[in-house]
Amino acid sequence: MDTVSFPWLPSAASTTAADVDALFNFILFAGLAFFLIVTAGVIAFVLRHRRRGKAGLTYGKDHSLALEITWTVIPVILIVIVFVWGFKGYMRMNVVPHGALEIKVTAQKWFWTFDHPDGANAVNELVVPVGKPVKLLMSSADVIHSFFVPNFRVKMDVLPNRYTVTWFEATAEGVYPLYCAEYCGKGHSEMLAAVRVVSDSSYQAWLNANSVMGAGLTLEQYGAQLYTTKACVTCHSLDGTAKDGPSFKGRFGTEILLSDGSRLLMDENYMRESILDPRAKMANGFQPVMPTFQGILKDRQIDALIAYIKSLNQK
Amino acid sequence: MYTGPENSYLKQPRGLKSWLLTLDHKRIGVMYLTAIMFFFLVGGLLAVLMRVELSSPARDVVSAELYNRLFTLHGAIMIFMFIIPSIPAAIGNFVLPLMIGAKDVAFPRLNLASWYIYVVGSLIAVASILQGGVDTGWTFYTPYSTSTNSAVITLTFGAFVLGFSSIFTGLNFIVTIHKMRAPGMTWFKMPLMVWGLYATAIIQVLATPVLGITLVLLIFERLFGIGIFDPAMGGDPVLYQHFFWFYSHPAVYIMILPGMAIISELIATFSHKRIFGYKAIAFSSLGIALVSFLVWGHHMFTSGQSELAAMIFSFLTFLVGIPSGIKIFNWVATMYRGSISLKTPMLYAIAFLLLFTIGGLTGIFLGTLAVDVHLHDTYFIVAHFHYVMMGGTVMALLGGIHYWWPKMWGKMYNETWGRITAVLVFVGFNVAFFTQFIMGSQGMPRRYYSYPDQFAFLHEVSSVGAYILGFGFLIMVIYLIHSLYRGKPAARNPWGALTMEWEAASPPTTHNFDKDMKLEHGPYDFDRVEVEDEEMVKA
Repeated sequence: MDTVSFPWLPSAASTTAADVDALFNFILFAGLAFFLIVTAGVIAFVLRHRRRGKAGLTYGKDHSLALEITWTVIPVILIVIVFVWGFKGYMRMNVVPHGALEIKVTAQKWFWTFDHPDGANAVNELVVPVGKPVKLLMSSADVIHSFFVPNFRVKMDVLPNRYTVTWFEATAEGVYPLYCAEYCGKGHSEMLAAVRVVSDSSYQAWLNANSVMGAGLTLEQYGAQLYTTKACVTCHSLDGTAKDGPSFKGRFGTEILLSDGSRLLMDENYMRESILDPRAKMANGFQPVMPTFQGILKDRQIDALIAYIKSLNQK
Repeated sequence: MYTGPENSYLKQPRGLKSWLLTLDHKRIGVMYLTAIMFFFLVGGLLAVLMRVELSSPARDVVSAELYNRLFTLHGAIMIFMFIIPSIPAAIGNFVLPLMIGAKDVAFPRLNLASWYIYVVGSLIAVASILQGGVDTGWTFYTPYSTSTNSAVITLTFGAFVLGFSSIFTGLNFIVTIHKMRAPGMTWFKMPLMVWGLYATAIIQVLATPVLGITLVLLIFERLFGIGIFDPAMGGDPVLYQHFFWFYSHPAVYIMILPGMAIISELIATFSHKRIFGYKAIAFSSLGIALVSFLVWGHHMFTSGQSELAAMIFSFLTFLVGIPSGIKIFNWVATMYRGSISLKTPMLYAIAFLLLFTIGGLTGIFLGTLAVDVHLHDTYFIVAHFHYVMMGGTVMALLGGIHYWWPKMWGKMYNETWGRITAVLVFVGFNVAFFTQFIMGSQGMPRRYYSYPDQFAFLHEVSSVGAYILGFGFLIMVIYLIHSLYRGKPAARNPWGALTMEWEAASPPTTHNFDKDMKLEHGPYDFDRVEVEDEEMVKA
């Protein structure tokens, strides 16, 4: 169901998007007509009735029932059309079709976690099959975030105290940006993710690959993968620049300064603790903004990350 | 500086103390005007800083923390310290008693108190900067605002105090309009400016307490750990949004209704024409004021509120849009067969007509449920809001300042510079904000200090627009201040208007009029009352 979108809307890639775009265009052109009427009136009257010399007495008629009814009734009719059309579209967005694939979405400062039904999970990348309705059951671990995929015309707030639900059915394979649309603090503009729409078979392959926890890779290689896919990269650089967290470069095995002034050797146990309980021993000069990865990372994944960070010292 | 005849309100009595303890509505109006224009420039400077950061996608000029503080402060200053008090407290204070032929407002001491409360509230709010600023956005959404370690309590307390100033002004105006009108001025002989201020005052008095309560609850939650909004303490963050918008949506009408009020005066005067649909405009102000209390949920279509609630709020939102549309048509119809003079105030009135129409029409997109889901929390909202508030209220305010400038100071501003600046402001504004409609439609979320490259070009253009706008305001500051020293002396009635304030001297004497006023003709009787041409100053 492809319709032509107005050039300034992003390409439509979900089953509900086309209807939204059609309504958007309807309002746009009806609105444009109104704007042109107003503008034409202003310009015409300024040109025709421009004051020349003394103002004098002017035309006194100050009402016209016919005119006033016309300019009330026509907008009311248009408004009713738009209201009903918009409500119907909204209901379609809110009623999840039966048999939708259910994915649990967790938002927290400042990344997204997607848990698929068979145990595979991913951070900042939502992989879904094309042509299948996908239901998102969403909650937040801290403040309010908002799940926003412009190409799908889908947006829903993600709250800390209750589940919210939205759904979409992607119509074309591809990678679509996913933004956090509700202001959530320092990392708000970096809380970026992507929806990767793939064929059904690729989706199954992806599920398999991600459920076996890096089988066939060395711990280091698997850790290198996790560094990006679990969003460590958002706050920890590899080149020595400090972002929201310290860089991993050349840090393992050194003495680090903690925020309480004490010093500590950065070893495997400290790393494990920092992943599971990041605020227990804060590195000096950083804000306690890292969330716990308890429940998100499995033991083997933590092992892999530690192995990877260790390996950074040898390069 | 020339300040008019010896007995003008600017000269008598003399001395700083006579100003600080004045009960004269005109002086209080002038003091308000000075304060709000100061905050307008501060808020504008913050906006320009943001546009500098946003002129390229990378994070370069300011840090994320600073950027978040900039947009919070920009919003809080512009809303609470500038736009809410701007027209009612500054212009309204000056012209309302003059327009109804009264010597002052009903409660002059309350009036002075409201100015001091305004100053104290503003100082408290500004003190939050010294504590490191606030990074929540002007909406203070929970639970972010209860968990951030920035100076939320100080800023919200400032806004809480400012609310009282707004309530006092509203209360004062309601009583003044009921009790102090000159003999003969029945309700339907009042200038539309007065109707607009009346509708505004009703919202100020009824809605502002809810904001006060909400901010106090927020402060209590932070100070004493009482769980009202924070889910960690058993509260509900969405409840905060309901409370907040229950005030802040009507507040949008506190901001726009006085703008519409000024536009009615400007269009009638500069078209030299009986206003079209007087009663429709007057009643639509009241209608807007009443329905405005019932539309707050349209800020929350993606918050997870029930579909039924969303449907009702969407419907009522459209309902409140109709009277605004009717007003636009009435103003355009007023120009028909008038005698139109394109002085600076009229240029701002025309700018208002075009920009507010765009602002209103883009509101239709946002009131429409299915479309709002896509546009919510993007730059489309930012653009819509600025078209309504800046393209609407601020254009009306600028028109009003130029219109009543001769009355306030007894001096004429330079017409040529006034017109050049009006064009600059109009162009700069559109370049800055129309681009944001396009970005928002493409999905650019608001409150991002760095952004994907695809938006780079539009952001850059938008920033250039902001610089043009800033430059326009700089020129305005210069020629307006210059006019106080070097401007030509103003006539009593330089625009040939028929409302009562033009029967007072320019600037008026302390007691406004030399005689007891009584209504001799309607405010817009341009079809039967010949006004003496006072364009030329009689020496």
